[in-house]
Amino acid sequence: MKQPILEITNLHAGVEGKQILKGVNLRITEGEVHAIMGPNGSGKSTLAAILAGREGYSITEGQIHYYGKDLLEMSPEARAREGVFLAFQYPVEIPGVNTTYFLKAAVNEVRKHNGLSEYDAMEFLNLVKEKMKILHLPEDFLKRPVNAGFSGGEKKRNEIFQMVVLDPKLAILDETDSGLDIDALKVVSAGVNKLKRQDNAQLVITHYQRLLDYIIPDFVHVLFNGEIVRTGGKELALELEERGYDWILKEELQTA
Amino acid sequence: MTATEQPFIATMANPILEQFDRVAKRSANSEPNWLLPIRKAGLSKFSESGFPTQRGEDWRFTNTAQVAKLPFQLSEKSTSESLTSDILNDATFGSLGGIRLVFVNGFYSERLSDPHHNSNGIHVGTLSRGFETAADLIKQHIGKCASNDDNSFEHLNAAFFQDGAFVHVSANVHLEEPIHLVFVSTEEASGATIHLRNLVIAESGARFTLTENYFSIKGVSYVTNTVTNFVVRDSAFVEHIKFQDESLDAFHLATLHSDLGAASRYISHSFALGARLSRNTIRSKLNGPGLECVFNGLYITRKDQVADHHMVIEHTQPNCASHEYFNGILDDQSKGIFHGRILVQPEAQKTDAKQTNKNILLSDSATVNTKPQLEIYADDVKCTHGATIGQLNEESIFYLRSRGIGQETARRMLIHSFAGEIIERVDYKPAREELDQLIWSRLEQNPRLSENKQLP
Ligand SMILES: Nc1ncnc2c1ncn2[C@@H]1O[C@H](COP(=O)(O)OP(=O)(O)O)[C@@H](O)[C@H]1O
Ligand SMILES: [Mg+2]
Repeated sequence: MKQPILEITNLHAGVEGKQILKGVNLRITEGEVHAIMGPNGSGKSTLAAILAGREGYSITEGQIHYYGKDLLEMSPEARAREGVFLAFQYPVEIPGVNTTYFLKAAVNEVRKHNGLSEYDAMEFLNLVKEKMKILHLPEDFLKRPVNAGFSGGEKKRNEIFQMVVLDPKLAILDETDSGLDIDALKVVSAGVNKLKRQDNAQLVITHYQRLLDYIIPDFVHVLFNGEIVRTGGKELALELEERGYDWILKEELQTA
Repeated sequence: MTATEQPFIATMANPILEQFDRVAKRSANSEPNWLLPIRKAGLSKFSESGFPTQRGEDWRFTNTAQVAKLPFQLSEKSTSESLTSDILNDATFGSLGGIRLVFVNGFYSERLSDPHHNSNGIHVGTLSRGFETAADLIKQHIGKCASNDDNSFEHLNAAFFQDGAFVHVSANVHLEEPIHLVFVSTEEASGATIHLRNLVIAESGARFTLTENYFSIKGVSYVTNTVTNFVVRDSAFVEHIKFQDESLDAFHLATLHSDLGAASRYISHSFALGARLSRNTIRSKLNGPGLECVFNGLYITRKDQVADHHMVIEHTQPNCASHEYFNGILDDQSKGIFHGRILVQPEAQKTDAKQTNKNILLSDSATVNTKPQLEIYADDVKCTHGATIGQLNEESIFYLRSRGIGQETARRMLIHSFAGEIIERVDYKPAREELDQLIWSRLEQNPRLSENKQLP
């Protein structure tokens, strides 16, 4: 039997009195790839940020369970150590923090949490070297400060690189495809597909269908105005590409 | 003394005059005869200006009243033999090799020093000895810097300086190991004032690193008033690392001049960790084309410390670069002050000048006054400046936490990296590594930053 990894039930959330998510339900089971699509401002990044544990949101109703545990009770670092990973839509530049130092610390936090011995410099290097190649990252990348002065594409590749190194159970990609050219898109998708196994899951947030040519979803959800208004298979993405979001909204209005 | 000086002198605090009599007598007996007029001029200028007040632009944010209130008392030669070479070896840079001069309360300690007199083109000794062996060279430089600046502590220093280092490195001589100037205070009484004067001359093509380390054995409110002049001739490369770690009750007033020649490189670092009040008045003249200078500083303050850097860099020649980077980490009620003025004269075309001052406030009551200024009279230049004051970036903290790094570790990483931006610029690797460790452990001593402790 496959285990559920993530169960979001009737999630209502917002900021400063503004309601953004209005009853989201989502269930992700091991081995699955889910895509969330939706127009700008529908609440996709808010959902991703709440899953990763960003502060500043008030949860007014609903629950999130991760492997049966109450996710909302966990600190961001505890979630990460238990296998939640968010690839940021806008990765943060941290000048002065060396990439090796940062990523080695992150890897070792996860290892410590799992009762494994910490990697020394050599072991860490062996772990990351090959993965850098998958993401087409330059040699000097590890010596540079985290994201500082990186191009948009480099930042996105760095997110996926970190993801591959940390090997999460639940990977959430927030518009990783936006701003990427087709070559970079292929590189990023190859990284995500390398990660895919029977005991983990990916939640891919995107604005365009394009990414889903390379990362094939099992389920596609349409988030609109804080609610999932439609769920289907990968063909739903193609339909959205052809017809836009409007037809779904019209149908929604009719049934409502 | 001339008649016009009389009224000012008459109003001066008596102790200062009385003590000057002693200095003047000593000078007449043992110093070259051109020095006494310089001392008298210093006294006279100081008597005109008095201690700086906050009404003047240059001292607007720094209150020196506490210094003025102290009984003015010249430091005495320490008779204590308790200061061992072990203490010095354990001090910052103490385990790095190189030539070392040690001054205890402003007096040269022969016992603890390892000077280098006039061999292989290297001379590292005291200024008072220099008066005997290199009087003409010293004369050329010693009074020059003081005369053109309205800096009353410098004038006071001219009147009273006791001794200091005289360093002269001949043309094209490269030193592998640094020259260390160590200034240690064993003062036990409040109000003692240590006046130091250093002169460092790098002839053309010379290359070396020089450290200055100021620290104290006891916690009393004494005053260090130090003036260091650098003369860096054409194509010379000098790295200057100043580490100020005096007692939190002490006052540290420093003036740093540099006269830089064509195609020279001068990197000057200021690490200000100690003293209740520290002020670095930095003046640099870029006298030849194609030179590069960097002023790089880090101040870390807590309690009621005040750390002030006040800088004027004057570009008078084309194709020169001057970069200033100052970072501050401030806790409790402490205060940071940064004033940086870059002046680009009309003839200084193709100037590349950059100035940044960044501050992190660890407590709500810490404050910073920052004033980066550009004054440009040339048209073909590249000049930038900027300043920031803030808490640690919450976005950065969340990013690190979202990768599994704990909140406290994330905070410490960011602060360490903030200090690291400055430390990284130290060129002499052994010093850089020592500073990195030292500053890291100093930050760790702060309960707000140390491991396993929650923020209030
Ligand atoms: N911190 C915030 N403060 C105020 N409004 C916010 C905040 N974050 C998001 N919003 C608003 O919530 C809505 C959803 O935003 P977001 O989750 O970023 O959407 P998406 O990622 O789908 O484009 C938008 O209208 C946005 O303006
Ligand atoms: Mg978004």
